[in-house]
Amino acid sequence: MEPAKVGNNPVEIQVGIADYKIGREPARLITLGLGSCVGVSLYDPVLKLGGLLHLMLPDSTQFNNVTKPAKFADLGIPLLIDEMRKNGAHLNRLQAKLVGGAQMFSGLDNKMILNIGQRNVEKARALLKEAGIPILAEEVGGNRGRTMIFDTSNGQVSIRMLGSKLKVI
Amino acid sequence: MSYRHLSPVELDALKEVGNIGLGNAVTSLAQLINRRVNMRVPRSSFLPFEEMIELVGGYEELVGCVSLRVLGDAPGIVLYIFDGESTLHLVDMLMGLPVGTTEELDELAQSAIKEIGNVLTGSFVSAISMMTGLNMITTVPLFAFDMLGAVLTSLMVAAGRVEEQVLVIETELFHEDETLIKGHFFLLTEPGAIDRLMAALGFNEG
Repeated sequence: MEPAKVGNNPVEIQVGIADYKIGREPARLITLGLGSCVGVSLYDPVLKLGGLLHLMLPDSTQFNNVTKPAKFADLGIPLLIDEMRKNGAHLNRLQAKLVGGAQMFSGLDNKMILNIGQRNVEKARALLKEAGIPILAEEVGGNRGRTMIFDTSNGQVSIRMLGSKLKVI
Repeated sequence: MSYRHLSPVELDALKEVGNIGLGNAVTSLAQLINRRVNMRVPRSSFLPFEEMIELVGGYEELVGCVSLRVLGDAPGIVLYIFDGESTLHLVDMLMGLPVGTTEELDELAQSAIKEIGNVLTGSFVSAISMMTGLNMITTVPLFAFDMLGAVLTSLMVAAGRVEEQVLVIETELFHEDETLIKGHFFLLTEPGAIDRLMAALGFNEG
């Protein structure tokens, strides 16, 4: 990742679990410790406007009381798209990147290993396709936790994993 | 969603349950490694998810985590989380190696940790079970060694328990009074299980 330019003080915006945030250049949107959760970034390169969602589950329809819509792919992704458009983004300019969806645990207990990570990724892909938003890059699957850092000045996403070098997509 | 308010007396009772559970767990560990192990429970409380992360050291903190499902009268998940260094120390303890020998977790080390986690959490749960008369059975352990945030959220999502408060028992184990193994024992119960636990301890359901 390129170091921040002098006089260009990037603001870091933390995106919590089951939450989403919008930021404009030079903001950097960060979400920590994605495991089976998926981070979805949307970017309008003309406005240099970005949005980042930290979703936990694919489908809200299996739950009776939904208190945090951003927890679910099927509610959170439309919310993020809406928020981007409210801030002036054009749907046909939006580009997405996906990070996370890992399988963190190893063991024999199948009931606990439901491949939620993979289902999160598949649901996010399907929803973005439906909305006509191309996915420019992905860093998904595997068994490692990831921190996602989204630079709204150029749309780059950096991925931090413990014991590995920073990866940029 | 959250638990009904527990009175200070009830919280004390839970802390006592934690003490007895850990005492039992430590006895099993000491037998396993054939060494003396001392313990402390500095704290036990109900915490929301965010505070739980903060307590253990932040989203990107390296941790080892062993988790088991509990079936029976008070179903839920138990997990034992050790900080990164303590995880490696635990492997040394089990293998009878000088502390500091293990630097990364290979297959063998991972299965050693799973075994220790299994013994610790299993005897913890069986102590609670004996004390309360509730039927509690544990399943085979799962293991992860990575970022705390990633490990915890994945587990809670898999268990379908995301918005609830969690019973956290902070534990410190001392191996022959020199090596400190810092860990946190978590109990994520399904709705109603805590009420059943309190009722079994002689408190009226409220």
